[in-house]
Amino acid sequence: MTEPLAFGMGSGLFYIQIPFLTVNNGPAISFRTMPGAIFKRTCKSLGVDVTRKKFSNVAAAEAFLDQKVREGIPVGCQVGVFHLTYFPKEYRFHFNAHNLIVYGKEGDQYQISDPVMEDVTTLSRPELTRVRFAQGPLAPKGHIYYPEKIRPITDDMIRKGIVSGIRRNVRDMIRIPGNFAGVNGIRHTSNHIRKWRDKLGLKKASLYLGQIVRMQEEIGTGGGGFRFLYGAFLEEAAAYLQDDRVSNISEDFTKAGDMWRASAIKMAGVYKGRLTEQKDFEEIADMLLDTRLVEKEAFQKLASLNLGK
Amino acid sequence: MKKEDLPQDPGALDNFTREVCYVKNEDGKYETALSKGWEVKAQALDSAWEDVNARIEEARQAVKNGEKSPIHYFMELRLMDLPVLSGYTGFFPFFIKRHLKPAIFAGLSDRKLAKYATAFDVTVEELKNFKG
Repeated sequence: MTEPLAFGMGSGLFYIQIPFLTVNNGPAISFRTMPGAIFKRTCKSLGVDVTRKKFSNVAAAEAFLDQKVREGIPVGCQVGVFHLTYFPKEYRFHFNAHNLIVYGKEGDQYQISDPVMEDVTTLSRPELTRVRFAQGPLAPKGHIYYPEKIRPITDDMIRKGIVSGIRRNVRDMIRIPGNFAGVNGIRHTSNHIRKWRDKLGLKKASLYLGQIVRMQEEIGTGGGGFRFLYGAFLEEAAAYLQDDRVSNISEDFTKAGDMWRASAIKMAGVYKGRLTEQKDFEEIADMLLDTRLVEKEAFQKLASLNLGK
Repeated sequence: MKKEDLPQDPGALDNFTREVCYVKNEDGKYETALSKGWEVKAQALDSAWEDVNARIEEARQAVKNGEKSPIHYFMELRLMDLPVLSGYTGFFPFFIKRHLKPAIFAGLSDRKLAKYATAFDVTVEELKNFKG
């Protein structure tokens, strides 16, 4: 099992600009499905049962974690990063959808495996409890999850998972109703960008663009707002399905990822103060529209493939 | 993105971690590679922090001039907004807004101040005596 495969089977690729909501005083934009949902779908198609729990009582949450650790079961925890002590200060915003794995306890230090770290780390009990009960939007409330039953996984299950994952992702990106999610969400954002300079003033508009870049290239995206990750998934999927058409479409996502990065460079010009004209904002908006077209065509191609059931 | 195009710019992640990126190798196949950082990203982060620091400074001035209570300053210092602070203290945003007024802040009980102090990671004395 690899990261791209898990991402693709869970239909991870997405785009949404959540209306009205602001995060760190900027627009709330996401390039992927909620990680919990990706995990859930992937486990379901692999026939793995996952138990998840939230707590209103801090002591109960600690006791439950201790018990699972004693049983030797590694558990996933949703945490907020603001109080996460081993994170560099520059990255510590009030962001609550970070996940880590507690795999053991030594003395009073919990052993932690964090996906953004190259190495494992530790947290004391008060530190861990604090991040598990971070507050604000999407507060984790001690959210904890672990696999219950693991059955042997066959290639056939993976193939089925891939096909249903692709089909669901096509639905999420091009058939989703409304104008602020899926590929149409990119157009929605693009239209906003055109208005930002006049509406918000140059300073705030450039901060908003900075926010988009940070969401797109945040640690753990694999670059290009997850587009490269999806490209890698399609490449692996092609090998499983023995279908070259799929790996050809993978190229389209590589292109989309590159286009996202190109527009990030352009946006950087604005928040560095090099580009200040309205026409620069128009150009960025046009770049997003081009990206949208590439993604839309790629998903339409995926939709027209007959991948079996 | 080609493997040789993967940026390796120094930034906030130095001595902490490197991030995994998916890149195309010479054969046009995907593989993972580690990146130290990307200038474009580092600048986005820097500009966000510039904004945060400007807001903190503005809040400090407002407290100094007696326009806002210290809660306003510490809220900005800890990057919080009303919903987040409301979560940590248990006060409704409506009340927090009231507590931002210096006159009302002066009359707050120590018990309420203690809740704010815990949320901001400071002592009650520091919170009370902050003059900007």
